[in-house]
Amino acid sequence: MSDKLDPLSRKILEVTQHGIEYTHSPFKKIAEETGLSEQEIVDRLKEMQSQGIIRRFGASIGHRTIGITANAMCIWNVPDEQVEDVGKVMSNFSEVTHCYERPRYPDWPYNLFTMVHSYSKKDCETIAGKIADATGIYDYRLLFSEHEFKKTGVRL
Amino acid sequence: MIRLDEMDKRILNEIQLEFPLSVNPYEVLAERIDIPEEELLKRLQRLNNRGAVRRIGPIINTRKIGGTSTLIALKAPYSQTHEIGEIINKHPEVSHNYLRPAEYNIWFTISAADRERLDTIIRQIVDETGCPILDLPTKRLFKIGVKFDVR
Repeated sequence: MSDKLDPLSRKILEVTQHGIEYTHSPFKKIAEETGLSEQEIVDRLKEMQSQGIIRRFGASIGHRTIGITANAMCIWNVPDEQVEDVGKVMSNFSEVTHCYERPRYPDWPYNLFTMVHSYSKKDCETIAGKIADATGIYDYRLLFSEHEFKKTGVRL
Repeated sequence: MIRLDEMDKRILNEIQLEFPLSVNPYEVLAERIDIPEEELLKRLQRLNNRGAVRRIGPIINTRKIGGTSTLIALKAPYSQTHEIGEIINKHPEVSHNYLRPAEYNIWFTISAADRERLDTIIRQIVDETGCPILDLPTKRLFKIGVKFDVR
């Protein structure tokens, strides 16, 4: 990645992105390594969060492990002039974890992509049906993942 | 699969979005959900060991620090999806890669420093697999929340 970060902040991201420890003072080690105080580490993390460099600081869940085993990529063919409104309505569903507009192609008319995670395929289908009713978009498909070849977080 | 009691569920819902950024975050969290910090740490360690919590840390917005990414849909012959999936996986810039049955059946994301690098990787994958692709970069982002309602 190109460098828009000062070296200390970059180092803090590189270390913490692998997960902080489950101890009373999880930032102690990185503070010692960088020569900053624990409070300075936390302040820098907060600053990067307010700058949008950190989207969120929190837990990544092994959703399959806890039973949320179904995930569907729902693809929708939405008239271009409705994308702004429809995208917002879809985003308001808590089961929708991601929602993006992407380009169409001659053999691929779908331009809005949502990821729906839930406890079963049937759940996902029900949710997609509710989204269709809420938006009036009925030209859609659900692509379930049959196999996970790879899943890693995007890392520095 | 792991069995979760009500307190585990409460913790899992809390630590996804409302994780307290402070010097002693678990102390703050324990107070908020009203259990001893020691018990919270023990439960988190167990949830982590069992794979229910992958990690607690920053989710980085690569775009903000100059990175870019795209989603690729690739049309692989059905008999070869697994070998082709492995060829794609060899590229470290590929972060997610799934088999999803449709006309285009392998779906993966690539992240790189810039569009030029992204195009190089895409060209390599097309050369290595000989398969047609759709390049589907984000035009507009509405939501990237990834918060699971644990019930």
